[in-house]
Amino acid sequence: MNTGDEMTTTTRAQDPIEASIDPSPATLPPRIVPVGPGRTADDARTGSPDVAGVAAMPKVAAEAVSITYGTKLAVRDVSLEVPERSILALIGPSGSGKSTFLRCFNRMNDLIPGARVTGQVRLDGIGLMDPDVSVVELRRRVGMVFQRPNPFPMSIYDNVAYGPRRRGASDRAQLDELVERSLTRAALWTEVKDDLRRKSGLALSGGQQQRLCIARVLATEPEVILMDEPASALDPISTLRVEELMRELRELYTIIIVTHNMQQAARVSDRTAFFNMGEDRAGYLVELDDTRTLFTNPKNQLTEDYVSGRFG
Amino acid sequence: MAVVGEAAGLAGLHVRPALRDRLDLPRRVVFLAAASMVAIVFVLLGFIAWQGVQLFVQNGYPIGSVISTTWSPQDAPISFGVLPFVAGTIGVTGVAVLISAPLSIGLALFLSEVAPRWARAVVQPALEIFVGIPSVVWGWLGLTILVPFLRTNLNGLGFTLGFSWFAGSLVLSIMILPTITTITYDAFRAVPQDLRTGSLALGTTRWQTIRHILLPAARAGTLTAIVLGLTRAAGEALAVQMVIGNRPTMPTSLTQPMTTLTSQITLDMGNTVFGAPDNNVLWTMGLILLAISMIAVLLIRKLNRSGGRR
Repeated sequence: MNTGDEMTTTTRAQDPIEASIDPSPATLPPRIVPVGPGRTADDARTGSPDVAGVAAMPKVAAEAVSITYGTKLAVRDVSLEVPERSILALIGPSGSGKSTFLRCFNRMNDLIPGARVTGQVRLDGIGLMDPDVSVVELRRRVGMVFQRPNPFPMSIYDNVAYGPRRRGASDRAQLDELVERSLTRAALWTEVKDDLRRKSGLALSGGQQQRLCIARVLATEPEVILMDEPASALDPISTLRVEELMRELRELYTIIIVTHNMQQAARVSDRTAFFNMGEDRAGYLVELDDTRTLFTNPKNQLTEDYVSGRFG
Repeated sequence: MAVVGEAAGLAGLHVRPALRDRLDLPRRVVFLAAASMVAIVFVLLGFIAWQGVQLFVQNGYPIGSVISTTWSPQDAPISFGVLPFVAGTIGVTGVAVLISAPLSIGLALFLSEVAPRWARAVVQPALEIFVGIPSVVWGWLGLTILVPFLRTNLNGLGFTLGFSWFAGSLVLSIMILPTITTITYDAFRAVPQDLRTGSLALGTTRWQTIRHILLPAARAGTLTAIVLGLTRAAGEALAVQMVIGNRPTMPTSLTQPMTTLTSQITLDMGNTVFGAPDNNVLWTMGLILLAISMIAVLLIRKLNRSGGRR
């Protein structure tokens, strides 16, 4: 840890493409930062006080989050932290509240009538449940990719330019550049660059549509990307491409992915959180650890049973 | 098992079906129902078309004679100019839709995107009751409340507004409001929820999502609703006739009395003799009305096809 780390962090925020072109290993922070439940007091005290503050600050954190739908408790008391530029996978059986929990981070639960979230969710330390938080601004910084690809019924170009345009971007050259950059980063550019404006986003294949949706999110220049089973509706080849893409995106973004597919979690994520459904049918966090540890040497018997395929 | 096989087995496959099965009665009944429906439509179309040209065939008037703004079916010089009625129908329905469409689309948006469940539960039955109110009631309300209200209260504006184009359009606009609203509402509900959440998740406001996702996606349905409203308005006779003043001249001002194809047909059909020129011209007007609504139907079909392709 040195001041170089701090500088990279600020540079990245202003010009992410620079970082993607030259991901000099020395300037990137270590991928797996031991924070969260596994974090010890020693970790937090590493380094000089000011730098430690930057390094130890989780990008995203949930503090005692519970979610109810009407009278039904869906998620009970989940706390976890996600360090910047890492991938956290949420795994667990159906009904364990993974997707519901994921939607706290961009307050999509607000859209569901009767849904109530208690506890606190933080982005860069800022409480997202606070009444003065702009949900619109939050969702620009925390993008989301859905289970089923949902391109808009408009051209590929307009799909990608949708978010920036709603923010008032109208400069043609800048939009062109942003669209190309976003599609390139989503590994779709070469496939669609010849009929960007003519072809509807709906005319693409399922895998291409999902990458278009990822490009659409990238174009709003988020810091965190939430992915709700992004590959579950895709064929194996497209799934592989999306997984490759996630690993590339990790260089620039903090990613939280919900997946039913344990192999997928094992392949792409740095850390994995295992959710389970309790006796009261509410989802809760069983265990969170480095992905390798969680899969090979879980501490909890339930996790062990789940990752070895004995239930779920 | 074996017994069944011997009795009805392979041999059974070759037994001729019973008479009832061969006649296939239910299929024939529904076919007949469908066929008679189609037949009635075509007979009607044929009859109206036939009657509609009698003015030219039987009475020997040139086709050009109806393309005139002078309506004088009884007093010499006789003239059967139907342009005042055509213009009246177009004018009164056009203004009615101009008033009704924004309100209806707004109401549909409210119901589909904004309203809490209880509000929807109140407004939807209300709309259905709206549709059920007979047009004569609307006309009567217009005649006894709207027209006197306009006449006494809008004098200050510098013109008199009683029986008029505006009164006719206003009554019509209320009558077609539920039509446009319900069809537009259905079009909005047909837009996948995925698109809304996808847009909102990109950090757009609800209004931006409506403006840039919902309205374009529901464009075909909304236009269909408007065209259906137009045809409903163009075909409406009674209520319009009661408030519009029925002056067979070209419409000049929203404040002036005017007339429409439908109201003139209903006014005159009892006073003319079947086969006489002044009766046959009414059939011609009916044919024109039919042509207008057929164009609308074709337009709707085209809209829906182009809307489905996207």
